[in-house]
Amino acid sequence: MLEIDIRKRLRDFDLAVKLIVARGQTLMLVGDNGCGKTTLLNLVAGLDDPDAGRIALDGRVLFDSEGGINVPPEFRGIGYVFQSYALFPHMTIYENVAFGLRTRRMAAAEIKILVKENLQAAGLWEIRAAKAANVSGGQKQRAALARALIIEPRLLLLDEPLSALDVRKQATMRRELRETIRACAVPCIIVTHDLRDVASMGDQACLLEQGKIAQHAGAEDVLSWGLGADPDGDR
Amino acid sequence: MSQNRTCNQTELIAERETVNRDHEFIGIPNRLARVSLKAGVAVLLIIAMSFIALPIIALFLKSPLDTTLHSMRDPMALDALRLSLTTSALTTTVVVIFGTPIAYVSARFHYFGKEIADSLIDLPVIMPPAVAGIALLMAFGRMGIVGHYLNAFGFSVAFTTLAVIMAQVFVSSPFYIRQARTSFEDVDISFENAARTLGAGRVYTFFHVILPIAMNGLISGAIMAFARSLGEFGATIMFAGNFQGRTQTMPLAIYTAMQGDLDVSLCLSIILVAISFMVIILVRTMTRKVTRRC
Repeated sequence: MLEIDIRKRLRDFDLAVKLIVARGQTLMLVGDNGCGKTTLLNLVAGLDDPDAGRIALDGRVLFDSEGGINVPPEFRGIGYVFQSYALFPHMTIYENVAFGLRTRRMAAAEIKILVKENLQAAGLWEIRAAKAANVSGGQKQRAALARALIIEPRLLLLDEPLSALDVRKQATMRRELRETIRACAVPCIIVTHDLRDVASMGDQACLLEQGKIAQHAGAEDVLSWGLGADPDGDR
Repeated sequence: MSQNRTCNQTELIAERETVNRDHEFIGIPNRLARVSLKAGVAVLLIIAMSFIALPIIALFLKSPLDTTLHSMRDPMALDALRLSLTTSALTTTVVVIFGTPIAYVSARFHYFGKEIADSLIDLPVIMPPAVAGIALLMAFGRMGIVGHYLNAFGFSVAFTTLAVIMAQVFVSSPFYIRQARTSFEDVDISFENAARTLGAGRVYTFFHVILPIAMNGLISGAIMAFARSLGEFGATIMFAGNFQGRTQTMPLAIYTAMQGDLDVSLCLSIILVAISFMVIILVRTMTRKVTRRC
């Protein structure tokens, strides 16, 4: 279970969020550009520090301003899929997926087996030798997800995972993503602008406005928030 | 109604013809202006190219191949070539080892006095080399503010091969640090963040992710620093002097040989021109690789 209760002063407003995401639950984070969605993911991942508050994952405190605890990102065990996918351009798909295991100094034979399993499951085994910069958007998305999942994270963070794909690809990838996340059975936070993502992948949804949770409900109730037909447009 | 339409169409056609005629009329001086402009640019380009190419061609014409090869065996030329290549290679190594972390910190972090530090790093680029030589002498010379203490321990820097390297480091380091800083700035922060969340510490991330992505830019910078070291004259002659085999690098040897044996001077000049060409080709290839990858 992920427990978040943090505050951070941003340039234009204060980010103050209190959330709980249970194991196997997917929280969809929606809101306008610049409302603090990605910042919240970065704070949870340890890439940025909150000014105050507490973050705990499965009972383990990752950040506690009062107790002076701040676990570095490399020790948090969080799988993070970035909006740009952030696949290392100088590495092949295989090396990208193996990266997280190599940092853990796992035995080479074990890495080989695990990477092969994960690449085959993601349908990427055939293109394992391709450089990350030379594969399609969908393949990049799958590789980024495989890279995040291979380290067996205790929490998954996905920042607009489908936004870089064309509309036709999105539908397929949305289905694949939902199944993969369900199979992981860890708490998951997905940032999105698309209400179709919320409806098809989320268990609960939060509307973030100027760093505060304006609405929090079941994913099926999102349409009643009156976000309109154009999720990216001004509301 | 139909009469009106026919009338409108006739007016439209007449108007179009007038416009076309006007265009034809205006077109002649326009075309003339365009041709004159192109001719002007071509002449300017030829003048500029000739200005750069002529002295280099003259260098090769004035030094026949057999004379050049003979002059290469001259002890002065050999000593200068060996010293220049050795000191430039050492300088580049020092600049890369110390300059890389400085460039990375400058690209990624904000700290108190960063503006001053960045300006100091860039200063040797615009500082006249002779001034750099005097400044180094005042700092590390026998009576210098630091050299004074070094001398007390029997350690003298000025007028040694070490002084040559110090002068070269002083003038060439900005060339590497500026290029490396830009290369690090170009590495998307999300790569670094991704590596961290995957379990990599800062040092592992730097060596396995950031450095390889920025590598082509760093190599370009190192080549530029090497070339600058190789051509260094002013600071070296002021701080290290002009002693054959010890501090007399190729530019200094060219200057010295000019007063005696012009063939040696020409031979060394041709070697430097050849190296400069190689540097340009290498840097352009590296830069193209970076651009293609982006």
